[in-house]
Amino acid sequence: MSHQSDLIAEDIDAYLSEHERKEMLRFITCGSVDDGKSTLIGRLLHDSQMIYEDQLAAIRKDSKRSGTQGGELDLALLVDGLQAEREQGITIDVAYRYFSTPRRKFIIADCPGHEQYTRNMVTGASTCDAAVILIDAAHGVLTQTRRHTFLVSLLGVRHVVVAINKMDLVDFDEARFEQIKADYLSFSSRLDIDDLHFVPISALKGDNVVDPSAQMPWYQGATLMYLLETLHVAGDRKHTDFRFPVQWVNRPDSRFRGYSGSIVSGVVRPGDPIMVLPSRRTSRVERIVTFDGDLDDASTPQAITLTLEDEIDISRGDVIVHQDALPAVRDRFDAMVVWMHDEPLVPGREYRIKHAAQQVRGLISAIRHRIDVNTLELQAAPSLGLNEIGRCELRLARPVALDRYDHNRGMGAFIVIDPLTNLTVGAGMVSDTGDSGPRDAWDTEPGAEHLVPQGAVPRAALAERLRQRAVTVLFTGLTASGKTTIAQAVERALFDAGHLATTIDGQQLRVGISRDLGFTATERSENLRRGIEVARAVNRAGVIALCAFVAPAELPRRRARETVGEDQFLEVFVDAPLDVCRARDQRGLYAAADRGEILDFPGVTAPFEAPSDADLVLDSARDDLATCVQRVMTLLRDREVLGGL
Amino acid sequence: MAIDRLTHLQQLEAESIHVFREAVAELEHPVLLYSVGKDSSVLLHLARKAFHPGPVPFPLLHIDSGWNFRDMISFRDALAERLQLDLRVYINPEAAERGIDPFTTDSRTFMDVTATRALRQALDLHGFDGAFGGGRRDEEKSRAKERFYSMRDRHHRWDPKNQRPELWNLYNGNHDRGESVRVFPLSNWTELDVWQYIHLEGIDIVPLYFSMPRPVVRRHGQLIVVDDDRMVLEPGEVPEQRSVRFRTLGDYPLSGAVESEATTLPAIIQEMLLARSSEREGRVIDHDSDGSMERKKREGYF
Ligand SMILES: Nc1nc2c(ncn2[C@@H]2O[C@H](COP(=O)(O)OP(=O)(O)O)[C@@H](O)[C@H]2O)c(=O)[nH]1
Repeated sequence: MSHQSDLIAEDIDAYLSEHERKEMLRFITCGSVDDGKSTLIGRLLHDSQMIYEDQLAAIRKDSKRSGTQGGELDLALLVDGLQAEREQGITIDVAYRYFSTPRRKFIIADCPGHEQYTRNMVTGASTCDAAVILIDAAHGVLTQTRRHTFLVSLLGVRHVVVAINKMDLVDFDEARFEQIKADYLSFSSRLDIDDLHFVPISALKGDNVVDPSAQMPWYQGATLMYLLETLHVAGDRKHTDFRFPVQWVNRPDSRFRGYSGSIVSGVVRPGDPIMVLPSRRTSRVERIVTFDGDLDDASTPQAITLTLEDEIDISRGDVIVHQDALPAVRDRFDAMVVWMHDEPLVPGREYRIKHAAQQVRGLISAIRHRIDVNTLELQAAPSLGLNEIGRCELRLARPVALDRYDHNRGMGAFIVIDPLTNLTVGAGMVSDTGDSGPRDAWDTEPGAEHLVPQGAVPRAALAERLRQRAVTVLFTGLTASGKTTIAQAVERALFDAGHLATTIDGQQLRVGISRDLGFTATERSENLRRGIEVARAVNRAGVIALCAFVAPAELPRRRARETVGEDQFLEVFVDAPLDVCRARDQRGLYAAADRGEILDFPGVTAPFEAPSDADLVLDSARDDLATCVQRVMTLLRDREVLGGL
Repeated sequence: MAIDRLTHLQQLEAESIHVFREAVAELEHPVLLYSVGKDSSVLLHLARKAFHPGPVPFPLLHIDSGWNFRDMISFRDALAERLQLDLRVYINPEAAERGIDPFTTDSRTFMDVTATRALRQALDLHGFDGAFGGGRRDEEKSRAKERFYSMRDRHHRWDPKNQRPELWNLYNGNHDRGESVRVFPLSNWTELDVWQYIHLEGIDIVPLYFSMPRPVVRRHGQLIVVDDDRMVLEPGEVPEQRSVRFRTLGDYPLSGAVESEATTLPAIIQEMLLARSSEREGRVIDHDSDGSMERKKREGYF
């Protein structure tokens, strides 16, 4: 860094031209209290010379006085002082800090790790390209680490540097570093992070922060600062489709009519054929106007003014796009919503939604599920409270052009404004524009181009070899009625009798294939549909599919039958009285439903439509398991499923 | 598709322009608080860029204490003339009524009357519901958590309960009648960014920022430039010519000059950067808190 001050003193013009060409990187720092976040930020500011000498002198004095670091410089004091300063009454606090190196200007979104974490972190991460997640080497991966990582990935921050701090406290031990790294990877691999780095550091002593550590020769990788300087964020704009929300119509006089805004994604050039959404009117770009002259091309995040070849009616909030790459235009879509206010979200209440360059009236029509930020578990929920996150369905007063947030941040982000208080009460990220949504998937016909001939081996040949007809058996019934237990026991019995079957469990699907689904009627229906598709694949291999699903509604069950085919489908109704199910329920789901924590719970707050035409009804309260299994086996024999053709 | 990545200054510029356009689209009657200083010059430059080729679609408001440097006033008027700006100047009549001046009145009262109250009166007078200011987060430690949009109640007081989380670039300026929004498009700029941008864009700034021989007296350890004959010299004070310049501008009797040979922008930037790593205690800090005091006055943070 001293090179810098020499350059300033000796050749200011050279210094200036070097610094005019800097890039910018915005990153967020996340850590639990005492992981060393303030120390690290202080270290970055200090080592990049953003601290005045006299501030340092004051801190030296304080470090001696407080004695926390045995008289060594306590860099945390640089940023901690300020936190105390402003605690008065402000709840949403992200502090922004600035430093620069010859390569980059950095903006740090510094979020306090405590209580208001979700709201703060989401706010801070929303503008960031990268995140530094701190882990205390002595403590390893904590619940907070998982939470921070989840939030960072939810907000679409693509670059994550995991700084394993306080290596000095674990004797700079390589094995410890590797172990924490492995722990971290074991959960982070499920999340959407493109670019992940691990650096062992000591923020306090400076190891691997700016300068490589002499204490950790085993670490060959880059220092934290080097990573921050070189993270390749330019390539992040995965989404190259042109999106230009019109912020302001510039019409100084009758001769000029331009559309001003910031390019959200893509590149635009004069002559490009464009479409205006939602009106779908078309034209071509005439000029790209700026104060500094017209441009030959412009890209994100430039703030420009477009003129078009044709006079068409465009107003603020409209989005100009290329004709060959259209976004969705929807008044109804799914989004992840983070609630940021003490007063909980009220489904059905009217809010204002600010998206791109417009505000639209809208409401949150359903909460599909809530996500526990610590365990990533999906739960049904009637509402979202402060700092809670859920997948919701939104309905707007009119359609807007939007993209999925994970494809295009600027076109997928919105805030929720309370129309009475004018406060920003929530933040949202479009997760599903409805194109591939669960809603009507049963009815959606696949395009003919997707149909390929199936099964090299004819069904009959498989049946002959395996001495069984590959059918699908749907076990339907209330939660805790015994569906899964019976299905699995049948699977075993079939195996023992020389047959082959597999159980497809509705709950199990939610771990993988249906991870995105909640528990509303439509989502249950969709979960069944996916299960039935899996069953068909299993059947094609000649194997019997035993599907255990609550499947509370008649219509989806009938769809399931139609999908599989009448003569390959059997429905077994596992019928037990509600109180028996309640008594058996070990997971406490009924109790939670009674308390209103789980919405749409069949048998409690949602109907269970008992099948009227089941192939078999089992009374699992009266009959023991062996009897139930026996009756299913009998059914299979009766229907000539077993024993060849 | 060789689109170069934007430099940090281009990105900051784009962000500020975005904020300007957003605020103008959503607020009914905004105004730009123009203090004639370098941050105001950058702010105005960005506003011109945001609405080009149209005119700046809001007026400029200068809260004049009556004691600004003459150079500031002539710079201001020439600029307004040249760029055809709608400039409104407001002086709190109370100051004259109460015989308030910077020599005899204590500085708190002086500031309160000529800056804080003056600003409120002017905002009420014109019914502005939004005011652009040149505040930056790096300016002062306590501003690190400031937002781009700062909400004010109907008495122009900062309203802690009404401050909103700011996500992405989706600003929320919705407000009830009588409430207003202070908008800070330069939030993410540092002092170095501002100077570099002025240099790069060739933005006009008041000559007082550059060093030249000026008549000064030393008073309370500060170098005060004798800007006009309202300055009452104390016994023994004899103005002498020294090469001085100003880091921040305001009322001449309250502004300390620094001795300097910097007559060009690169030289000014050089002095600023070297001061950062200088051993001379207090210098930068003093300068900074001076600066913030001044900006408070100019931009009405109170
Ligand atoms: N031994 C050691 N202590 C550290 C290190 N980094 C921070 N600390 C100490 O950990 C404590 C908490 O640090 P601080 O930066 O205030 O944590 P924050 O709550 O995350 O901001 C302080 O006593 C620091 O001095 C490190 O690398 N090694």
